[in-house]
Amino acid sequence: MLVDIQDLRIAFEGNGKRFEAVRGVNLSLAPREKLGIVGESGSGKSLTARAMMKLLPPQAIISATRMQFDGVDLLTRSERQMRRIRGGRMGFVLQDPKYSLNPVKTIGTQIAESWRAHNTGSRKMAREAALDLLEQVMIRNPAKVLDAYPHEVSGGMGQRAMIAMMLAPDPDLLIADEPTSALDASVQAEILRLIDALVERRNMGLILISHDLPLVSHFCDRVSVMYMGRQMEEIAAADLAQARHPYTRGLLNCMPALNQPRETLPVLARDAAWLEETPL
Amino acid sequence: MNTMIDVAGLRIAFGASEVVKGVDFNVARGACFGIVGESGSGKSTVLRALAGLNRDWSGRIAFEGTPVGLKRSGAFYTKVQMVFQDPFGSLHPAQTIDRILSEFLLVNRTGDIDGRVNRALAEVALPPSVRFRFPHQLSGGQRQRVAIARALIAEPEVLLLDEPTSALDVSVQAEVLNLLADLRRRLGLTYVMVSHNLAVIAHLCEHMGVMQHGEMVEQLSTRTLREGGATHPHTRDLAALSLSLETVDAPAV
Ligand SMILES: Nc1ncnc2c1ncn2[C@@H]1O[C@H](COP(=O)(O)OP(=O)(O)OP(=O)(O)O)[C@@H](O)[C@H]1O
Ligand SMILES: Nc1ncnc2c1ncn2[C@@H]1O[C@H](COP(=O)(O)OP(=O)(O)OP(=O)(O)O)[C@@H](O)[C@H]1O
Ligand SMILES: [Mg+2]
Ligand SMILES: [Mg+2]
Repeated sequence: MLVDIQDLRIAFEGNGKRFEAVRGVNLSLAPREKLGIVGESGSGKSLTARAMMKLLPPQAIISATRMQFDGVDLLTRSERQMRRIRGGRMGFVLQDPKYSLNPVKTIGTQIAESWRAHNTGSRKMAREAALDLLEQVMIRNPAKVLDAYPHEVSGGMGQRAMIAMMLAPDPDLLIADEPTSALDASVQAEILRLIDALVERRNMGLILISHDLPLVSHFCDRVSVMYMGRQMEEIAAADLAQARHPYTRGLLNCMPALNQPRETLPVLARDAAWLEETPL
Repeated sequence: MNTMIDVAGLRIAFGASEVVKGVDFNVARGACFGIVGESGSGKSTVLRALAGLNRDWSGRIAFEGTPVGLKRSGAFYTKVQMVFQDPFGSLHPAQTIDRILSEFLLVNRTGDIDGRVNRALAEVALPPSVRFRFPHQLSGGQRQRVAIARALIAEPEVLLLDEPTSALDVSVQAEVLNLLADLRRRLGLTYVMVSHNLAVIAHLCEHMGVMQHGEMVEQLSTRTLREGGATHPHTRDLAALSLSLETVDAPAV
């Protein structure tokens, strides 16, 4: 098992109040498997992903009965040991690409650094690898973007630069939090094809967080649906269209569609009972 | 037609490289004009020039028939507000949501700050409890709603929206799109909205321009697009991909 998480809980405390943002999440992932996590804003998707990398905000209180990455117990890893895992065997694309790219270094430098951290080669080779990666993520003018600073590129280019940086060390697990939300459909399809090829070729495991249900259903093997820190259901991606849970149905129904104009989009009617049920 | 925004021969360069190469379009008062097109094609750059955030442009940009120059007055921003693509970058990390939302009201010495901040939060469906939090304590979607609330608090006539829902989940996206449609109806707002999501543009806008390599290669109505009447290959590609991803049981990418 590449990832094995049981009963993950993440809480915040403030003014004597406790807020549990993630409440008993279970996830497992085998190599070559693609798991999608969907769910509305604030449902705890990013926190769950960050917990796996131990990149939670310092005030977060985390607990789990098990949290393993390829047999390694993440709960007991020190920050130093985590740093070796992160950006090496475990790659991640964070939700805010501009925020996670270093603003004072060129994009090329950052990708090359990430490549050199886990490959041996000269500075020149690293730069060539960076150029190649930018080409792979479909950046039209890779030589120019290599020397650009993050603020000098468009939103979609920043997102792709971030993806290139994370793919540089050839990770075993890629955690991608809304990796393509700023990309048009054609570039999005290309990037997903690239990630798919890596999953196949390198036996990589993928956790894809997205609010785009059709995208996840096309691309992943399984989908976990989150609401208010809990998993409502976990189903085979191919069966998403037949999902029964009213929350999942609500999410599917509220997207605008090109071939189905609607005056007003239906919004979710949330039901307190969803949170009382034992999930899964 | 009663033209709110008139753009003609707009060219924008960064140093030696020209990224917007002569763009023309008009937006009627109370209309919503969408800009779609591939990543890096210049969509955000056009919008930023309209908002007065870019100094290196040439051509004509006029609001209500009055051309604007490189610098904009304070009054301009009571009329035109912008919501950015990247909610993290656009919200000051060290300011509370309350401070972020009150900024405009403080600068303009507007009364009833408390009531207006609470109303703006309610309008974008945020609970009053987020008022005294910092941006990093909110989820991505909650931050984007703050950005929209901040634009609305100025009670503008024109909203320039750069990917206003691409960081949002589908349920909040639906709420925000309904909210934007409702505000437009109620307040007669004029929108220019950039999105890479054709279905989102088609939902809200009745006209759109399609950009590629710094040019607006086609302008068409949403109706024409839906009836399969797009003529430029880039528009047709975008429409085909958008349709193929639309249903959960369509063939894989
Ligand atoms: N540092 C923090 N302090 C307090 N609450 C936090 C903090 N970080 C996140 N939260 C809360 O935890 C909940 C889950 O946040 P998370 O970022 O995981 O949501 P998400 O599912 O990724 O949403 P989105 O789709 O909007 O990105 C939210 O209610 C958020 O406000
Ligand atoms: N400050 C800047 N300095 C130099 N080049 C820039 C700057 N801002 C944007 N560019 C370049 O201008 C071009 C257009 O960028 P723009 O942000 O307008 O694209 P976009 O169509 O909004 O793309 P996306 O969908 O990815 O957001 C890109 O090639 C980008 O790298
Ligand atoms: Mg998130
Ligand atoms: Mg943009």
